[in-house]
Amino acid sequence: MSTATQTPDRTDGGPALTVPPASGRAARLLRRWPVAVLVVLIVAPFSALPLPGLLDGPVGSPGSLQLLATCLLFGALATGYDLLLGRTGLLSFGHALYFAAGSYATNMFLLEAGLPFAVAAVLGLCSGIALALVLGSVSLRVTGIGFSMVTLAFAQAGSILVSRNPGGLTGGEEGRAAPAELLPSSLVGIDNTANLYWIALAYLVLTLGVVHWAVRSPTGRVWEGIKENERRVEILGLKPYGFKLTAFVLAGALAAVGGLVHLLLTGGSTPQTTTSDFTLSLLVMVVLGGSGTRWGPMVGGILYTWADHRLGDLAGSGAVAELPAVLRVPLSQPLFLLGVLFVAVVHLLPGGLARLPSRLRRPRKENP
Amino acid sequence: MSTIVLLTMTGLGLGALYFLIASGLSLIFGLMDVLNFAHGALLSIGAYGTWWAASGNLPGAGADGPGFVLAVLFGTAVGTLAAVLLELAVVRPLYTRPREQVLATVGVGLAVPALLSGIWGSDARTFPGPQALSGTFGLLGAEVPVNRLVLIAAAVLVLVALRLFLGRTRHGLVVRAGVEDRAMVTALGIDVRRAFTLVFAIGGCAAALGGALGGLYFGSVDPRQGTSLLIFAFVVVVTGGMGSVTGAAVAAVVIGLVQQFANYYTAAGLGDLAVVVLLAALLLVRPRGLTGRLA
Repeated sequence: MSTATQTPDRTDGGPALTVPPASGRAARLLRRWPVAVLVVLIVAPFSALPLPGLLDGPVGSPGSLQLLATCLLFGALATGYDLLLGRTGLLSFGHALYFAAGSYATNMFLLEAGLPFAVAAVLGLCSGIALALVLGSVSLRVTGIGFSMVTLAFAQAGSILVSRNPGGLTGGEEGRAAPAELLPSSLVGIDNTANLYWIALAYLVLTLGVVHWAVRSPTGRVWEGIKENERRVEILGLKPYGFKLTAFVLAGALAAVGGLVHLLLTGGSTPQTTTSDFTLSLLVMVVLGGSGTRWGPMVGGILYTWADHRLGDLAGSGAVAELPAVLRVPLSQPLFLLGVLFVAVVHLLPGGLARLPSRLRRPRKENP
Repeated sequence: MSTIVLLTMTGLGLGALYFLIASGLSLIFGLMDVLNFAHGALLSIGAYGTWWAASGNLPGAGADGPGFVLAVLFGTAVGTLAAVLLELAVVRPLYTRPREQVLATVGVGLAVPALLSGIWGSDARTFPGPQALSGTFGLLGAEVPVNRLVLIAAAVLVLVALRLFLGRTRHGLVVRAGVEDRAMVTALGIDVRRAFTLVFAIGGCAAALGGALGGLYFGSVDPRQGTSLLIFAFVVVVTGGMGSVTGAAVAAVVIGLVQQFANYYTAAGLGDLAVVVLLAALLLVRPRGLTGRLA
């Protein structure tokens, strides 16, 4: 957990440079809100606070912790994905592949080679990075939307490969459960959900730290330049290809770590994580929250995941079953609601939720 | 020999299906820089429209003879209408923001299959078709299903019609010029927006026709069919060179054949992978696709 307590301090130093010098202690304390949120999140498993409507049981119950951990995991995953979309301007449709690679490769090293968990995890992570390096270097040969289509094609190939179950390695449509006896005992079983929750939280903090550090580094400045105008970066004598590949591999590595966390959290690898729908849902999260912003993708990921789960519960509830067909059919499809919501956000709220406060403060100034 | 003939015909049939989706996709992309993620949804709408009409829900339409033709026309019309609505309601308001246009179509591409599976269930439905199209005919010793011919004929028809439209009509001229240089066309005082709607309508029409005939090819319809075909259509568009209809036609044939032959002579499913490997190899040699169009 040492990363969990160290990284936010570093990232918190970030906004101080961009925000004009604030007066007074209160303002400085206010800027420390991420630390306060982090503390609340760390102690959440000890809380028995019920949040009716938001969660099914008290915050500390295994069911709620599982949902919260999933939310944090996807918040982190969306943040890592935005390294490409919001920071470098690369619209990748194949991000699910590296997430799935982290999960499946680790699982296979456990199942087939019987390696200890730590070794399997490192090897799984390396597999994800290697895959991102190879496929990234090919797909970055095309620019713009062509890049999007090529990444999508690769991800689709991965998805097909997983669902065909070559040599019984991937388990096909069923997926494969992780071997409980090879995992550390503190990460297995419903009693240990809190540990998994903390791992998901640590992954979120790690991702936020890495992304914010990378974006502020000299490489991050070049990414920003590429996003604004790739030709100009080229004219300055820099080769955008290498910088884009760095972003692609870094984002792929973060996704692979996410796959590892997902493997632990769900106790196995599922083919759903390889589909193009999975990447598209990441895209929805990022745009919903606000692409290219510090907290937006995280907020989008958390909200999307929570809404997806709760809408699923809503669809199965008796209240919906009694509605007339015109309302019942759309309400019973979470993806329909999320898709419509997404279109609405793109149209009505450019910049996503992260831009909402500033839009509310200065109403109608930007829209002529 | 007979296996090769059968594989070739099936591969061409699949290629025809890919072309029906990819042609509209390619034109929309070339003209507007919009990768239409809802294009697979238009295909599904066409397929379900035809299925719905052919199942006896539309007076006069049915599973056989002229009734089936009417059902296909109905499905295609619904798909075209949906494409026009998509352009007017979702894409046009984001005229100055190409990336947001792409994102909005992603939302529609998620919502429409979900809605279809909400209405008709997520399981595949048997697709009704005329007796005459469900049989086979002999060709060089192979028994080839008739529906392959229908698909190929439809694709050739669409290709010829598109080339005539693009090459011989004034609207086609505007579209072609827009694909080459949108800024210049706008500067000449031509309203490109009308061309946008037109191209969306044409693309939606071809995709919906592909959906209706795809039902014949696969023998069933399901809500996810459009999306999975869309991904191969993307591969076709990139391979063919973006914005080029002829390039899309050539690429569709190549991709369809490679997929069928690889699926048969290696393990099932490897054909789908072979297509992607082919794409990767092509991009390493020619980053701009077969025709060298902008990418």
